[in-house]
Amino acid sequence: MPLDSTPQDKRAFKVVGTRPLRPDGIDKVTGRAKFGADATAPGMLVGRILRSPHAHARIKKIDTAKAERLPGVKAIVTRADFPDHTNGDAALFDILYNIMAREKALYEGHAVAAVAAVDAHTAREALKLIKVDYEVLPHVTDVDEAMKPNAPVLHNTILTDGVEPKPRKPSNIVRRYEFGHGDVEAGFRRADIVVERTFKTEATHQGYIEPHACLANVGPDGQGELWVCTQGHFMVRDTCARLLGMDISKLRVTASEIGGGFGGKTTVFIEPVALALSRKANRPVKVVMSRDEVFKASGPTASTSIDVKIGVTKDGRITAADATLRYQGGAFAGSPVEFGAMSAFACYDLENVRAIGYDVVTNRPKQAAYRAPGAPMAAFAVESVIEELAHKVGMAGIDFRIKNAAHEGTKSSYGPTYGPIGLLPTLERAKQHPHFKAPLGPNQGRGMACGFWFNFGGQTCVSLNVNSDGTVALSVGTPDIGGSRASMCLMAAEELGIPYDKVRAIVADTSSLGYNDVTDGSRVTFATGMATIHAARDATRKLCARAAQIWGIPEEAVTWEKGHARPAGPNAGNFPPMSLAEVAAQAGATGGPIAGHYEYSADGAGVSFATHICDAEVDPETGATRIVRYTVLQDAGKAVHPSYVEGQFQGGAVQGIGWALNEEYIYGKDGRLQNAGFLDYRIPVCSDLPMIDTVILEIPNPGHPYGVRGVGETSIVPPLAAIANAVSAAAGVRLTSLPMSPPRILAALEQQNAKRIAAE
Amino acid sequence: MVKVVVWGSLKPHTGGKAELEIEATNVRELLNRLGDAYPGLKPQLARGVSVAIDGVIFRDGWHEPLRKESEVFLLPRMVGG
Amino acid sequence: MSAIHVTTKINGDVVDYVCEADETLLDVLRNRLGLTGAKEGCSTGDCGACSVTIDGRLTCSCLVLGVEAEGCEIDTIEGMADGEALHPLQRKFLEHAALQCGICTPGILVAAKALLDTNPEPTETEVRFGLAGNLCRCTGYDKIVRAVMDAAQEMRRA
Repeated sequence: MPLDSTPQDKRAFKVVGTRPLRPDGIDKVTGRAKFGADATAPGMLVGRILRSPHAHARIKKIDTAKAERLPGVKAIVTRADFPDHTNGDAALFDILYNIMAREKALYEGHAVAAVAAVDAHTAREALKLIKVDYEVLPHVTDVDEAMKPNAPVLHNTILTDGVEPKPRKPSNIVRRYEFGHGDVEAGFRRADIVVERTFKTEATHQGYIEPHACLANVGPDGQGELWVCTQGHFMVRDTCARLLGMDISKLRVTASEIGGGFGGKTTVFIEPVALALSRKANRPVKVVMSRDEVFKASGPTASTSIDVKIGVTKDGRITAADATLRYQGGAFAGSPVEFGAMSAFACYDLENVRAIGYDVVTNRPKQAAYRAPGAPMAAFAVESVIEELAHKVGMAGIDFRIKNAAHEGTKSSYGPTYGPIGLLPTLERAKQHPHFKAPLGPNQGRGMACGFWFNFGGQTCVSLNVNSDGTVALSVGTPDIGGSRASMCLMAAEELGIPYDKVRAIVADTSSLGYNDVTDGSRVTFATGMATIHAARDATRKLCARAAQIWGIPEEAVTWEKGHARPAGPNAGNFPPMSLAEVAAQAGATGGPIAGHYEYSADGAGVSFATHICDAEVDPETGATRIVRYTVLQDAGKAVHPSYVEGQFQGGAVQGIGWALNEEYIYGKDGRLQNAGFLDYRIPVCSDLPMIDTVILEIPNPGHPYGVRGVGETSIVPPLAAIANAVSAAAGVRLTSLPMSPPRILAALEQQNAKRIAAE
Repeated sequence: MVKVVVWGSLKPHTGGKAELEIEATNVRELLNRLGDAYPGLKPQLARGVSVAIDGVIFRDGWHEPLRKESEVFLLPRMVGG
Repeated sequence: MSAIHVTTKINGDVVDYVCEADETLLDVLRNRLGLTGAKEGCSTGDCGACSVTIDGRLTCSCLVLGVEAEGCEIDTIEGMADGEALHPLQRKFLEHAALQCGICTPGILVAAKALLDTNPEPTETEVRFGLAGNLCRCTGYDKIVRAVMDAAQEMRRA
């Protein structure tokens, strides 16, 4: 059941849906906003981390004696400073192992030791003086190679789960997942046409422009402060406290402004190390990653290898769909393959469907979430086959998708039956969109794709304080990554009936508010927004009670309407409405400060769908691709601040363009990353792109009082496929590997030509 | 009795069955009794799960009520970016 | 190492500082002068988050040594607004929602101003190439380009 079970608000919104200036705007256009690396503290030291140059090596000995003697070095930490407090929590132990290597270094860039020194120069010199004795081991970085029986094994504790019989020999395959329903073999027997293909996608990085940064300050009494750029400062607090054996209450974490995250800042990397250094030195320690470290030692996404097989009847109805997905998520368990498998066919109404996923470990950095984790690669594979099938049965891709689209009442590919969903509306709007009718130039092709993401809610706590002048201070605990403070102010103002600029929202530190889950899963506008609405309603109840007191009538006889306490009806008495400011001015005399609170575990986020259309131009001489036109159509439930909803659509699409065309982790034979910088790992720049057109659809989510659905993640699901379909149409050959960089496109074109010549 | 469907690769732990009948009136009872009836599921339950009830996915919420006719699916614990 | 004395003009004010010979101008601005508006995104001149102008020329301050700024006029994001009045670019960035996380915003504003200083009537393509040295990962650049075009139009009218 939705938390607010009252029927969907049919009312016209007064401020929700408008586009006011964001409250943090001035600070951000004047350079005053304080991000992770912008903080300082008296007596601050500089922390630097020594990282493994090897992809896989046993660490036999770490000798820090020489470094310790270097003047200006105040603390050095190694694995010896991180005893295991994880109490059998396997996921937490993996984090502990990831932030500081233990018996083995598992990837190039794995932290091995760290130094705090009086300045950066001394810290760098100290790192050079630390002697690490490595025994280099064979490594593996490719997902398919890692699954082979003779592959180097990372952990001798991994015995594949979810297969029968359970293997006795360790391997790199952590777990097998299977989702689906019906009988796919029977479905394929009924098919007139079956297409089966294998796809590969390379690992990409979230590519936030702000490297990880934090400033830690721990005293000998065990009390600590941490300033950090993160998507979740409560998560940072709890994780660091548990890793370091501290009391949670003794660690106060403040979230700085955050310079992008996209999922990559949903875990810890440098934070426990900075705290350990600070504790040892009894001085504040700032640690800032270099870009090289961000690429090598934060959490990129999985690389994948995917087989898809889909069968259709001659008239274009899918009879069966089957996929096997293999995702490597770096050196530890937890690639997002289950979400790839669950979402792969989620856009379709299928009688027979199966998706099998394998979670695989390799000698790469431990993956972190990246916007709809696991889904874009699966959508790339499935939507490529869908497009091919549409052509084979002689249908336009869009009509084929409309014919097979999931709708309310469809049993989803991952199990549950859909409620009201917005896929068909995005498809129908796409079909009407002028983009679909626009002519194409030479060497251009048009592609489209659909995408799905779950979204979720999570633990949330919000506090709303009414000031004596009738303005409102709103404290939330979810870092604002793309304008959420503006959305929170809009929702509070809507509910209280006061102007937007009378509400000021801040992201409170961990000692000022109850626990909040991380800003992820497209949850903030949905879950923190819903908590804000309920906190505002809590406040209006109290405001009504105060007005009742002032008027000397019962509380039930007062209602809150249009920013005023009003007598509920003619029987309640004849009192002129009291504004929020008027009630607030008398708070002291009527019972003290007036505040609204709300804390809950939000659920009912409501799944989200998008359809993207892309025109690409491929230069047959160079293999270079240009995106000529791009349109995003997505269901937002209710767009609270439409400009920032459009921004999420556009940003997701462009990250997808980078993933599809350029971005990839390139490993050498030595297992080392060859392109750990923005010059060689090329994210889209302004001159690469056209304008990104957006269409916001609003199919209200019954699980939110205003109908809001999360919008942040779904926008990255369709682009890989939409672009692959456009490029394949332009080039006249099906591209099955990402990124579709010029060499890959040229190779595909040459192969095609060779086939043609051979046929002639 | 509530009918709960587990995902395919959990079947080795449930005697090969994807559809299980559990006596439960809310999510907490469901998860506890699933673990009792099928101890092989316990590691996955400890790693975290979500429960979909009539199409709505719950990541938390022990007290979410279950009715006899509810459509209930056990799913991996949702994550996001 | 011994520090070197440098005299510059930053945002119109004479500023003296000392720095090491191997210290970048970005480190000087951020760590010695408290001007943290310029950001370090890469330290290799690829992301543009540290953009400043030196004698009117757009520069990645991570690629310049602090000592090289001797006698130069440096303009940073901190000097862009005129007292209470935001620069039209700053205002248009807010109106167009041309920022999400905002880490790239100072650099992009400095680059956009440098572009409009030399080309007050840029086409969309010229804006796109003028900003090609500044990475933004959140917005997809759409609203940034619109904001710059709109600011340029307003500045021409003024």
